[in-house]
Amino acid sequence: MRRRPWRWLLPLTAVPVLALLAYGFRVNPRDIRSPLVGRPAAPFALTSFEGAPMQLGALRGKVVVLNFWASWCYPACYEEAPVLERGWRAYRDRDVVVLGVDIQDKDEAGRKFIRDFSLTFPNAPDHSGKVSVDYGVYGVPETFFIDRAGAIRVKHVSAVTDQVFRDTVEALLAEPAPPR
Amino acid sequence: MIPEAGTGALLVALVLALYGAVAAAVGGRRGRPALVESAQHAALGVFALLTAAVLLLIYAFLTFDFSVRYVANNTNLGTPFYYRITALWGALEGSIVLWAWLVSIYTLIVILRHRTSARQLYPWVLTVMLTVVAFFLVVMTMPAPVFSRMMPVPADGRGLNPLLEDSGMITHPVALYLGFTGFTVPFAFAVAALVTGRVGDFWITTTRRWTIVAWYFLSLGLLIGGWWSYHVLGWGGYWAWDPVENAAFMPWLTGTALLHSVMIQERRRMLRLWNLALVMLTFSLTLFGTFLTRSGVIASVHAFTQGSIGVFFLSFLALVVLVGLGLLAWRWDTLGAQGELDSVVSRESAFLLNNVLLVAATFTVFFGTVFPLLSEAVRDVKVSVGAPFFNQVNVPLFLSLIFLMGVGPLIAWRRASLENLRRNFLWPIVIGVTAAALFRLLGVRSILAVVTLALTVFVASTIGVDLVRATRARRAMGERALPALGGLLLRHNRRYGGFVVHLAILVVAVGVTGSQAWSVHTETTLKRGEQTELGGYRIRFDGLRESQESNHGKVTGTFTVVNGRAAGAVLEPAKKFYPQEQSPIAYVDYRLGLVDDIYLVLGDFARDGTSATVKFQVNRMVSWIWIGGLVLTLGTVLAVLPERRKAA
Repeated sequence: MRRRPWRWLLPLTAVPVLALLAYGFRVNPRDIRSPLVGRPAAPFALTSFEGAPMQLGALRGKVVVLNFWASWCYPACYEEAPVLERGWRAYRDRDVVVLGVDIQDKDEAGRKFIRDFSLTFPNAPDHSGKVSVDYGVYGVPETFFIDRAGAIRVKHVSAVTDQVFRDTVEALLAEPAPPR
Repeated sequence: MIPEAGTGALLVALVLALYGAVAAAVGGRRGRPALVESAQHAALGVFALLTAAVLLLIYAFLTFDFSVRYVANNTNLGTPFYYRITALWGALEGSIVLWAWLVSIYTLIVILRHRTSARQLYPWVLTVMLTVVAFFLVVMTMPAPVFSRMMPVPADGRGLNPLLEDSGMITHPVALYLGFTGFTVPFAFAVAALVTGRVGDFWITTTRRWTIVAWYFLSLGLLIGGWWSYHVLGWGGYWAWDPVENAAFMPWLTGTALLHSVMIQERRRMLRLWNLALVMLTFSLTLFGTFLTRSGVIASVHAFTQGSIGVFFLSFLALVVLVGLGLLAWRWDTLGAQGELDSVVSRESAFLLNNVLLVAATFTVFFGTVFPLLSEAVRDVKVSVGAPFFNQVNVPLFLSLIFLMGVGPLIAWRRASLENLRRNFLWPIVIGVTAAALFRLLGVRSILAVVTLALTVFVASTIGVDLVRATRARRAMGERALPALGGLLLRHNRRYGGFVVHLAILVVAVGVTGSQAWSVHTETTLKRGEQTELGGYRIRFDGLRESQESNHGKVTGTFTVVNGRAAGAVLEPAKKFYPQEQSPIAYVDYRLGLVDDIYLVLGDFARDGTSATVKFQVNRMVSWIWIGGLVLTLGTVLAVLPERRKAA
């Protein structure tokens, strides 16, 4: 019988294809940088669940963490709700404001979510969806970090972690305050 | 309760599947039937447990058990009854459950049919099938835990993706998965043949029917997917060369190649290595398709959520491909052909060419699908490959395939004589050329359309010539015409089933050609009472109305066709507003016809109902594609019926 040692090269032919597919894990096809980063944050005026006005314009000079969420967004929104609450409590005295915008949700479910996580920072429903459209929200959760001059500096997609919150907010606080 | 019971069932099933896979292999290797029998029991247990898991999940859906995260994510209190059942496969985790369950059903059938008839191969077939099930069970318990618990239990669920609330979603995934998983059986037999060294023709004849069945379901899945896309997505098309469509199309192409090349092995003892490779390729492509949809590696409308699941799929794909190719390499020396090609003008070479074209088409589709990835890896540039690439490359290939469809079944084996060619092809060629001239005279402008239609006429007439001749032969024996035809179809059901399937493909080809060449569309804003005309149809806008459905709000536009055959027909396209969705979902309305479909999509509208924008399409011959699906079903049934020739 003829020996054909090269036949063992056959399985090797699949390796480049498999390697290419493995490379695919390192890239995200949807990873397109938000054009809003670096631009002034769009102003909005919402009414919070408690009935208080929630306006971005009134917060110039503060670092704003604007979070879009929904009660049906499990698990990411459930993971980050305590993180945001902790961040708000730790930084509220240092001119940092956390705002929550509840999108595409039922008010009742939204209120239950706030109760379940004992959230104390202002949260408002976005009934018309206008705010989420202005910010180009693709899915929840998405969080925008707005600097003291009112410009969007960081857009974070998926749940915010303690470290992301702390690092981003500290970096924005370290910048000199803009002239009033 | 349900989360724990479900997870428990899956874990026990996993243990059983792993045990069965190993026991069957050891039993096969050492020749110990008791072990194989024990593996068989394990397989039955896996089937029972998976069935229980499916039932538990359905029960959780029906009772709105939102403590199951998967249920909370994919239904809410407003989800209608049927869609609560189909929500089972509405997202990633459940689709994996369905997949595994179908493989376990196939395993059951294999046990029932082949445990005595395929003694030597059987243990290894069991090993492979159980390994595949075990893999899916691993996925179900680790990266995509379907029974994970939701804490805290929400008052209401998120709701099913509204696009999936459609009858097509009841059948499309099931048909597609029956196709995908069906190829596991030929794959298992191929591996068993290689492992045992019994690489003769037995495994091929045993799995022929399996291949046809899997191929049929895959075809059906693709067609229903097209139907869903056509009447739900509201862009008036049925195929977009989306990566995931491609992922389902590639195993269809290689499966088609396999159905044909198998015949050469049966008749001429050729292509053993090729057939084994095709089976491996087809099965790997089904896994690749799953990988593609679930890994998030390539952007697609079908993409499920991302996560670590991609790594699991790629690892398993790598295992399958490397083991498969390794086995081929190991048995290389025994896989040589016994027959050889006598002449270029023969049925063998027609079939070979058919295989080359199908594999070439597979390669181009594969290349186009992964090209964005390749480009990013090599040049760090994001690109996307669109329909123009796929169309340009594949249209010539498909036209050649249609031509071969006419030649292959009639040309002689081994070496075709001039007499054979004249006898079989003179009339079809004359008819085909005449048809081309006729279409041209009738005003068909597109050359591509003329060529395609003429080719379909040519192929149809080869089938006609064959039928007429065979019927005449039987009538010469004294039978009457209709019984003669019927007897022919039943006696030679495999051959004529194949012909009917070919006819189905022709019908689909006519539908695709017609819809591409002659469909027209417009988009216009109408005031109430105003009319617009397109392609000979005039429609009038009669107003809007609002309504509240169980799980969404809806704005419906009323349009009346005012002239022609469909005069008086009222179409009511709508926009549906789901609380959990960012943007409204279009609800298309249409009147299907043999030639013309009237197809309306509601665009923007004035809130007071005084005006609305409407996308108005007259789509031509699209129905032929769906009719093709029915013909395909008939042909497949005919082809898989037990052959009666020998009994007669």
